[in-house]
Amino acid sequence: MAETTHTDITPDTPLDGGISALDEKARLGSATVGRASIDGFTEEGERLPGGDDGTEQLGFKKHSHGNAPVIPEASRGERRRSFDLADFPPLTGQEEDWRFTPLKRLRGLHTDDLTGPAPAIEVTGAGNVTVETVGRGDARLGKGATPEDRVSAAAWNAFSEATVITIPRETVAEGEVMVSITGRSAEPAAQYILIRAEQFSRAVVVLDHGGSVALAQNVEIVVEDGAELTVVSVQEWDDDAVHVSSQQAKIGRDARYKHVVVSLGGDLVRLTPSSIFSAPGAEVEMYGLYFADAGQHLEQRLLVDHATPNCTSRVTYKGALQGQDAHTVWVGDVLIRKAAEGTDTYETNRNLLLTDGARSDSVPNLEIETGLIEGAGHASATGRFDDEHLFYLMARGIPEKAARRLVVRGFLTEVIQQIRVPALEERLSESVERELAAGNL
Amino acid sequence: MSTLEIKDLHVSIDTDQGNIPILRGVTLTINTGETHAIMGPNGSGKSTLASTIAGHPRYKVDSGSITLDGEDVLSMSVDERARAGLFLAMQYPVEVPGVTMTNFLRTAKTALDGEAPSLRHWTKDVKTAMSKLRIDADFAQRNVNEGFSGGEKKRVEILQLELFRPKFAILDETDSGLDVDALKVVSEGVNREHSKGEMGTLLITHYTRILRYIKPDFVHVFIAGRIAEQGGPELADRLEEEGYDRFTTVEA
Ligand SMILES: Nc1ncnc2c1ncn2[C@@H]1O[C@H](COP(=O)(O)OP(=O)(O)OP(=O)(O)O)[C@@H](O)[C@H]1O
Ligand SMILES: [Mg+2]
Repeated sequence: MAETTHTDITPDTPLDGGISALDEKARLGSATVGRASIDGFTEEGERLPGGDDGTEQLGFKKHSHGNAPVIPEASRGERRRSFDLADFPPLTGQEEDWRFTPLKRLRGLHTDDLTGPAPAIEVTGAGNVTVETVGRGDARLGKGATPEDRVSAAAWNAFSEATVITIPRETVAEGEVMVSITGRSAEPAAQYILIRAEQFSRAVVVLDHGGSVALAQNVEIVVEDGAELTVVSVQEWDDDAVHVSSQQAKIGRDARYKHVVVSLGGDLVRLTPSSIFSAPGAEVEMYGLYFADAGQHLEQRLLVDHATPNCTSRVTYKGALQGQDAHTVWVGDVLIRKAAEGTDTYETNRNLLLTDGARSDSVPNLEIETGLIEGAGHASATGRFDDEHLFYLMARGIPEKAARRLVVRGFLTEVIQQIRVPALEERLSESVERELAAGNL
Repeated sequence: MSTLEIKDLHVSIDTDQGNIPILRGVTLTINTGETHAIMGPNGSGKSTLASTIAGHPRYKVDSGSITLDGEDVLSMSVDERARAGLFLAMQYPVEVPGVTMTNFLRTAKTALDGEAPSLRHWTKDVKTAMSKLRIDADFAQRNVNEGFSGGEKKRVEILQLELFRPKFAILDETDSGLDVDALKVVSEGVNREHSKGEMGTLLITHYTRILRYIKPDFVHVFIAGRIAEQGGPELADRLEEEGYDRFTTVEA
């Protein structure tokens, strides 16, 4: 995009405060807030310097360091993880990890017993993959993931049956595993899904969410040594749906894991995808695409936990927003622990404001506890599609609607292409077009 | 043969300080095959004239008319004007997020022609035009103008001129920010298109140096929102020697 910031950190890069990455633990964190309604402002209270060529208010704005740093807690690595609900105090909205979420719209997921009927699960495709429905006592559950917030802990304690999808050892799944998850009740409910890619297996699993729900969901993902797993989570919920989902992956030695989020529908969708390295040599890619309409709240909080040496991670999230009070949140926490020498990581988030009245918050947060890394960097940029862009495209004969489509499609395609399931890519491209059309653009 | 006719055009803009008149009665006729140079000091309203012809919403037409072969241009939307055959090479082309050059060029060509160009020919045409303008092939995959240097942006404007083949091209300071080599390359592009005999050109510039490469038939001196003097190419030579002082002092 036009003006992207990026910070690349190598062992000799001085970090904030002049501390070298080699010296000690350092932290980079800052917030970008884009408000379409304030021209020229894309960050909290900051007027961006611009050139004199008239383009300074156009295109993508960078976020800058040293500007209102967000220091969430002592360390992201020290956040509480527990199966016990009592370990997470009732939410007030002041908590670092809930500060952007409108609790009032959670429909009681954070306060009520989650006793509603869980959305129906139907798994199709890949005949050589095992699908089981098991009781909550099944010994495999909770081995690879531990709740990190109150709603996730509540969901862990409330579900009665779990769905376990296993790609057996050394098996290449025959086609994608399509998991359609359909909600039919607005009562607060809990759901647990475990996806296990055993050693050297290979598969693409699509969690396809639709219908109406108030759902607290835990998706536990175990990627064993040498396995190659893609998990795609599509949220095309009905307008009233509320979905809070923890999607934690534990990554084994030399494994490859790709996680793709596509959030389009629902009143409030809050995903917390995590990738936790448990052995060296693994690679993770995390992609996300979200498109918020008027009034929608779409939030994604990522964690990449580099706890072991020589692992690689890439995070690319892109969001488009249109309409009054469309709100998106992206928080990308990347933690490079002391033991994670040889880490190579880069995360990026871009947002495109298509109309006034929308707001996107973007907070990259990189914590580095060792200087012996290959590289670490992040970029965050929020841009607006404004009258000057529109004029340029229209001056080339392209009608207004087509011009907007061209921009949004181009912007989001990068993520859709990562899914590599042609039928799904096509369906989602069409959904994005529909989103655009619905905004009367 | 086509005619672009501007008659007694008055244009103003709304600012925080209120409405400011900028063009104060511009009359100009351009025919196919002609090159008109508009020269004037900074702030005299050259870009305002160009943007008004293209239909930029910031500029308010208070009176006067613009017609293309008798059709009322002012009642057309921006995209309709482009489809009618008007092309504005912008002084400051904007960076368009998320759209690759390839995708943009094809979409625009399709919109202008009313049908998609034949893929095979089109790809070849784009490649050839790019290489003539010495634009690196990998620009095709980059987003429109994103991160392009000032000179690269200008070449890309002329690339579009050559690919879209308008009836009238308005070049707003296409020469600014170009070094001598780039100026030659860009001028050659304009001359290539012009020599096909199907285009009229309105060349807006502050300096005379581009006129060494693109020969104007008419020169108009623009001062404070009006044409203060007009003549043939020799007028440009005089400006080269005397500058705009003569006119601006008269104004003051
Ligand atoms: N958006 C705007 N807000 C305020 N004033 C404007 C705006 N656009 C143009 N103007 C004013 O209108 C006048 C004409 O501007 P214009 O850009 O048309 O001049 P120009 O001849 O193209 O100048 P240059 O040679 O610098 O490109 C100038 O005084 C300029 O300051
Ligand atoms: Mg100008």
